Amino acid sequence: MGSARNALSMHVLLGVGGSELSYQALDETIDRAREAGDDLTVAVFNNEEMDTDGKAIEQRVRETLDEAKFEAAIRHIDGDPGSRLVDIAESEGFDRIVLGSGERSTLGKIQLGSIAEFVLLNAQTPVTLIR
Amino acid sequence: MIRHYPDEPAGPFPAPPRQQSDREERSIQFRRADVTDRTALIEMYTQFDPADRAQGIPPARETAIERWLETILDDDCFNVVASHDGDLVGHATLVPDEQDGYELAIFVLSAYQGAGIGTELVETLLGLGQSEGIDRVWLTVERWNDPAIALYRKVGFETANSERFELEMSIRLA
Repeated sequence: MGSARNALSMHVLLGVGGSELSYQALDETIDRAREAGDDLTVAVFNNEEMDTDGKAIEQRVRETLDEAKFEAAIRHIDGDPGSRLVDIAESEGFDRIVLGSGERSTLGKIQLGSIAEFVLLNAQTPVTLIR
Repeated sequence: MIRHYPDEPAGPFPAPPRQQSDREERSIQFRRADVTDRTALIEMYTQFDPADRAQGIPPARETAIERWLETILDDDCFNVVASHDGDLVGHATLVPDEQDGYELAIFVLSAYQGAGIGTELVETLLGLGQSEGIDRVWLTVERWNDPAIALYRKVGFETANSERFELEMSIRLA
């Protein structure tokens, strides 16, 4: 880890599904984790709305972590990403779920994806939405 | 992402310019707008009731409004405004997506809502779209926004996707 754990440190579960906002969420989560001494787990999933590929996402996540010189666990989740994120956070004692969502159309309207919606409505932990 | 559209075209819709009396007997002009209306639109949007914002637009701060208008007043977009006594009271826009469709949005100042202006604005914009050869239009609307959903349905929009936070509706023009 880049910094010592302290009273504010959290176990953070970050979902990355390959959207631009999910990579932005990765950058911001690394920054905060370094400051606060958070323990970060990155959960990679295939976002059907994005037509992304788990391997490519993992590679980009790894490169980002390497560049930031920050260590985090990476794992893949299968099945419905929203419900799996909620399950993992609950059963493994994470303090917070972080997700990037809320892309803007060209016209400027913010649209929340179905995965983010599910997590916001069903998580037992606090959720940080990066948008 | 694949967007769904109704099989049958709706319309025909009336093209601008038009003049109509609203339900409060106000004479409302509907006409095509472009980048020369920028200043008047900024003025309208700075008066916009924050409670009437939807999904992040119109933006709140004037600099953000200016940036947003730059996008939607671009040459590849189509815009119609409603005016009363020379002041803009409503605006509707069509912005191209990446799949030959157009996204629609509409805004009416609160003092002019509930008088039928929104319906006329949408119909006039779709009329402009038809005359410009646009055949597919979609929009998203917050699921709890019953007046807006009723308006879009009346005009001919159908539900395209109801599985997301926002309801997606679409219409075929040709």
